Amino acid sequence: MKSIQIERVTKSYTEGALALDEVSLELSENSFTCLLGPSGCGKSTLLNMIAGFIEPTTGHILVDGREVTHAGADRGVVFQEYALFPWRTAIENVEFGPMVQGVSRAERRATAREYLSLVGLAEHEGKYPRELSGGMKQRVAIARALANHPSVLLMDEPFGALDAQTREVMQEELLRIWEQDKKTVVFVTHSISESIFLADRIVVMATQPGTIKEIVDVALPHPRERSSAEFVALEREIKRLVREEVAKLGVTG
Amino acid sequence: MEAQAVDTPGAAVSPRADTPSTAGAKPRSPRTLGRPVVVLLRLCSLLLFFALWWGVSLLNAHVLKVFNPVLLPAPDEVLRAGIKMAASGELFRHITASLSRVLWGFGIAAALGVFVGTALGRSRLLEHLVEPTLEMLRPIPPLAFLPMMVLWFGIGESSKVAFIAYAAFFPVFTTTVEGIKYVDPLLIRAASSLGATERQIFWHVVLPAATPNIITGLRLAFGLSFFVIVAAEFIAADSGLGYLINDARTFFLVSNMLLGAAVIGIIGVTANVLLRKLEGRLLRWRAESRGKS
Repeated sequence: MKSIQIERVTKSYTEGALALDEVSLELSENSFTCLLGPSGCGKSTLLNMIAGFIEPTTGHILVDGREVTHAGADRGVVFQEYALFPWRTAIENVEFGPMVQGVSRAERRATAREYLSLVGLAEHEGKYPRELSGGMKQRVAIARALANHPSVLLMDEPFGALDAQTREVMQEELLRIWEQDKKTVVFVTHSISESIFLADRIVVMATQPGTIKEIVDVALPHPRERSSAEFVALEREIKRLVREEVAKLGVTG
Repeated sequence: MEAQAVDTPGAAVSPRADTPSTAGAKPRSPRTLGRPVVVLLRLCSLLLFFALWWGVSLLNAHVLKVFNPVLLPAPDEVLRAGIKMAASGELFRHITASLSRVLWGFGIAAALGVFVGTALGRSRLLEHLVEPTLEMLRPIPPLAFLPMMVLWFGIGESSKVAFIAYAAFFPVFTTTVEGIKYVDPLLIRAASSLGATERQIFWHVVLPAATPNIITGLRLAFGLSFFVIVAAEFIAADSGLGYLINDARTFFLVSNMLLGAAVIGIIGVTANVLLRKLEGRLLRWRAESRGKS
């Protein structure tokens, strides 16, 4: 069953530059896909279009067979900057989705509690975002997205603002959470190692205009060892692909 | 800026190991003074002021005789004048007269300022239609309109209330527009991806995000209300603290004039403390330091 269908999507901004050119992609249900590429390849643009924040200039995006026209609760989004509501405590942030869906107070509190403990923050439910570390904020943001029971989880460089150690912890945590609450995940990153660690499929994107350069299926079993020979070999191969794109940027940009 | 704590690798097993950011840590100034020293210095500031006042007044009255001693009564004379006026109930009458005008005027300004500010912050069309006029009026000191307001609304309560409402409207209005307009668009995206409708986004995201701004505007407006009520009562009133000062002037009762000023000061300080308390409670989520539960 296809979860997300991207059909010949083009995005051009008013200045005339093509951010994405005729991109087509199909993602199956409960798959974990990384969109990888240097900045300017349109990976975030593509994610924002699946989320419904921006519209494709031409082409269609379908999620669960329905065309995306605006943002909706069926597609949870996790942002690099966390985007937590600073005036709401951790648990109130997680409750936001169920609250706007009209779920009763007691029920949404129970749901929020369940997801906060899933991300390992049960004991911090009463804290405001400013009292939480970056990693903890992102855990709350993930819980908030999941508490809405979306079919798709869209993550836009979610660990990009975290330090290296926290980042690795969060990658492991994300896989653990994903095992327990399966969703179709689309994860934007420019870290090659992150994409190999997480994804079943890596979509390497080309720049100017943004297109799909290559799709790499990652068959390594979980948990993946970053220092294993297969991991390193794959890393080298993808690095070569990405380098070509970075070089292209260096020449023209 | 907030200091971010590092999630230790062990956090995967026990997420409780995540250390929260040190919310209470403020950058230390090069020379930090101890709390007792600070309290002492602050007390000295006040004591010095009153000692100086007292000293100059007594020295002039009994030794130097540079100016007419009636012009600068000593603090104890002002206090005695206050006790006398309080005992007769006159002081209380003036205080309630001024306070009720301020509360009415401020209340109208707050409601109107938040409402108009929100409307303009939300609608480009309204903004372009209304803002130039308000921007034209804003730099004119409200006092310039006071004589006219007296002509329009008479010397009764309504002219004073209208005048305060007019003056206090601007700070509430401007801060509300700013607050509503510059809500982090990412928060709006987050809310819409959680399924919130336009209406829900307004009530649950835009309004709370603008609250700190609005509260700042309200505090400024309250201060301004007191500022202008005195002037209004100078020219058209038969009660109120401004009237008390102006009336004392005609009878050369300098003690009463100083008393009026002192009472306004005390009310102003009290109001500000109360408003800050309320602000701290409403904006608990962004307070500088808070006990970690």
